[in-house]
Amino acid sequence: MSFDESHGAPKGPSMRTPLGRVRNLGAAHSGTSDFWRQRITGVAMTLLMIPVIVIVMMLLGRNQAGAAQILGSLPIAVILLLFIFASAWHMKIGMQVVIEDYIHNEKLKLVSIMLNNFFSFAVALASTYAILKLSSGV
Amino acid sequence: MTARIDRPLSPHMQVYRWTLTMALSIVHRATGIALYAGTLLLAWWLIAAASGPAAYGHVQAFTGSIIGRLIVFGYTWALMHHMLSGIRHFVWDLGYGFKANEREALTWGALIGGIVLTILVWIIAYAIGGGR
Repeated sequence: MSFDESHGAPKGPSMRTPLGRVRNLGAAHSGTSDFWRQRITGVAMTLLMIPVIVIVMMLLGRNQAGAAQILGSLPIAVILLLFIFASAWHMKIGMQVVIEDYIHNEKLKLVSIMLNNFFSFAVALASTYAILKLSSGV
Repeated sequence: MTARIDRPLSPHMQVYRWTLTMALSIVHRATGIALYAGTLLLAWWLIAAASGPAAYGHVQAFTGSIIGRLIVFGYTWALMHHMLSGIRHFVWDLGYGFKANEREALTWGALIGGIVLTILVWIIAYAIGGGR
């Protein structure tokens, strides 16, 4: 993978076809935006890793009432929401790369990418709902 | 479609001699896929905490069982390894660590560091009462 595929004049003879150059953006049709978001979410989760581990440690051995009280506190809820958001996005992109690499049947690939989106959004939304419910104390 | 041009094909990976960086590249992907599936456990745990004592009891019964502990231990390692292996990728993304000895060192670091961090996290977890 190389950035000079889309920027500036190619050095030496290019292997890209004129059609490929016109279509630009590559096989995923979204350029390098996913590549960049994969890095942003990765860095975010790395920064959040220690707080998240501390939160999980705080919950060990507690019953539901104790766990609910801790999970419902504002800073902890915010840290977990950030972590859930970053991980759902990160894993959605990561799994899409795997799908694009290994599934060559176009229809099956599109269905898989769709299911990947459904799964990632469902997990993120369900986890978010649980945390908001704990935070509101309903 | 475009006219057929004889483009060079890259040889299939099985012709290459196995290297550490190659193996760990596959492990990075495998741990990523495992973590993807593992988010179900995380979501189940949070939903159970929001649902009530009975639902939370089921999660605790599972995570307290031998198989549950093995899965959570594996999940911990996958997370620690994937994180360190990802940091290794950040180093490469920034343009550093491409010399043969550097990339080997980074890869060994991710492999050993992941195992060490996993064991460390579990020792702390048991020390503060996760074994209950």
